[in-house]
Amino acid sequence: MSRLKAYANRLSHLFLPLSVLALLIIINLIKGTDYFSITMVNGAFYGNIPNILFGASELVILSIGMTLVTAASRGQDISIGEIGAITSATFVLYVLNAREVTLLTILVGFLISCVVGIILGAFNGTLVSVFKVQPMVATLILFLGGRSIAFMIDGKVSPILANEISNKIGTVIPGVPIQTPIILTAVFIAIVAIVLKTTNLRLYVESVGINPNAARLNGIDPKKIIFLTFLIMGVCSAVAGFIAVNKAGRHDSVNILKFIMMDAILAVALGGNSLAGGKFSITGSIIGAYTIEMLNRTLLRLEVNPEAIKSFKAVFIIILMVIASPVVRVMVKKVLDRAKMLYAERQADGLNNTVVSITGTTGKKED
Amino acid sequence: MRTLNTTKRKTRLSNSNLLFMIAGIIFVLMYGFALISYPGSFMHFQTFFDLFNLNSALFIVTLGLCVVMISGGIDISVGAVCGLVTMACAMFLQSTMGSIWGALLLALGIGTAFGVLHGFLIAYLEIQPFIITLGGMFLAQGLLTTLHKNPINVTMPAFVALRNFTIEIPWLGTVNRLGFFIPCEIKPGVIVVVVLVILYAVLMKWSRFGRNVYAVGGNSESARLLGINVKRTMFFSYVISGLTAGISGFVFLMTTGAGNIGNGALFEMKAIASNVIGGILLNGGVGNLLGAPIGTLTLLTINELIRAAGVQSNLQAIVSGLLLYIFIVLQSIIMSLRGRRNFRFALPSWLKPHQLQDEKKIEN
Repeated sequence: MSRLKAYANRLSHLFLPLSVLALLIIINLIKGTDYFSITMVNGAFYGNIPNILFGASELVILSIGMTLVTAASRGQDISIGEIGAITSATFVLYVLNAREVTLLTILVGFLISCVVGIILGAFNGTLVSVFKVQPMVATLILFLGGRSIAFMIDGKVSPILANEISNKIGTVIPGVPIQTPIILTAVFIAIVAIVLKTTNLRLYVESVGINPNAARLNGIDPKKIIFLTFLIMGVCSAVAGFIAVNKAGRHDSVNILKFIMMDAILAVALGGNSLAGGKFSITGSIIGAYTIEMLNRTLLRLEVNPEAIKSFKAVFIIILMVIASPVVRVMVKKVLDRAKMLYAERQADGLNNTVVSITGTTGKKED
Repeated sequence: MRTLNTTKRKTRLSNSNLLFMIAGIIFVLMYGFALISYPGSFMHFQTFFDLFNLNSALFIVTLGLCVVMISGGIDISVGAVCGLVTMACAMFLQSTMGSIWGALLLALGIGTAFGVLHGFLIAYLEIQPFIITLGGMFLAQGLLTTLHKNPINVTMPAFVALRNFTIEIPWLGTVNRLGFFIPCEIKPGVIVVVVLVILYAVLMKWSRFGRNVYAVGGNSESARLLGINVKRTMFFSYVISGLTAGISGFVFLMTTGAGNIGNGALFEMKAIASNVIGGILLNGGVGNLLGAPIGTLTLLTINELIRAAGVQSNLQAIVSGLLLYIFIVLQSIIMSLRGRRNFRFALPSWLKPHQLQDEKKIEN
């Protein structure tokens, strides 16, 4: 029992995202009971759940990187969409210039885009770690200029990525019932899980986020760790850009991954993480990212006016953050405690009454 | 020791004033460079006034955001609120019961409502400002698109008169090729900007609220221990930001005369960039309010310069990003040098007149 309780305690930070997820599922089930139904089309699963997993794949990957950046540097990276646009532009450039598109070409292109992502991450990371600029301001530079760079790499058109392999990566590999972006996301999550399990990254990032000076005195260089998280963020952006461009089939540098940083930051906050750094939970962020996608699709399913979707989303977010806020939690706890005490008192009173009545009856019997 | 006794000891320049001074110097250098390299366009006073005329809304948004940034928070909903106000006011003015004062009240009301919502949730419920104002941004954008999707051009006569109203400065102007004298013009929005800058500067510099904002932004825990009502200060800083966003929406409508979905788009990012150039740090507690208009002017001058240079539209964003990078790095380097106490913003010792005299005295 105590072990179960300890386990529940460890999961307490997941309370918010999981309860939201449950709430959304209930709303969807009320709307229609066929929510979980999955259909097979051309040898692949389609349905509400696969669609959510498919649609949220970039967001999940970005929110993982964002969690690390937020935890270590106590700020947010707002240039992730732009980094993704630039890296995918280089990927498309490489693939289109190759004579024939083989798996190797795609792989090399992907690796090149990862390198570009690392370089851009290093640019942001240098500003944040060495020059001590706040992350939001540092990444504002790429946010303002990034899409133009992607547009110039594209050669001022939006090139079409028409080849077999890209198509397969963007949709389905024949014979595999799950859509490829879902598999890629799962692989990425697995890699991150392994890295966090086998290395000290989590400990270092958390200690830097909680108190950089204390971390420095204990032999952890905060600059290096913050720099590292930005590099990881760059790789995450590159992977997300790779998936996004293969999904879309063309590179539209204006609209690819547009304003996704807002959703990624939201995913981090929904996952129960503090935006002021410190302890973090990647599981929470992943669930948060899926929750956001689910919320978007739920609003569409409820046939909300498309113009008003953003307001509904905002109201939902605000209500959620109010419920999860520490002040409200303390207040609710106080009210609950008082109710419990009242209940206990009443029960004690009731017990006394019963005792009196019992003694009364026994007395009568004696008579 | 003798120098200390004979002369008044120099007070160390505060970080706020140092950053403000850097911003001012950069702006002057920038504008000087513009004057030298493109005298054709920058030599006219009208070019300078047009920076204000066309961007008065951005100036006002930046002021409101500045107060929040000094208090250590952030408000990214300002652009969306500004856009929402333009659309709401345009619809109100186009309706049968529209009046300019009513529209102004509506603008102030919407702005204050958003400010109160943000302030209450952030200050009293202790929720992260980024997420709440992000929610406010989504809310405003959603309401904007729900209200009306297509652009509305305001045709109400009284408002059109206000929109076209300009103030001429008779003693400043240019002579065109035909020999006609064209006086400089400023829009009423500019007066709003000037009044607000003065008002906010006084508020931040000399009022109790302003000092509290600096204290809360610097270190909210020590501010609380000093007996400052931290929550109320934060609450009012967000209310002021929302209110200013409302005013800026009305001014925006006064400049363009049309409600549009794209109004005020990316204002929050531009405002943050201007504030950073103006020396107001996102950490809070540091910054001079006058840095906000200076930063905005610098940003606008950069854009104007790039436009005058005839750079491609794609390169414009890259170049302005690059310049922002240079500013940020410069600020950071100066601040870190100052932190190590290697950098003093004062004359070198051999140039100080009183010291020379002192040395002579000692020699004598």
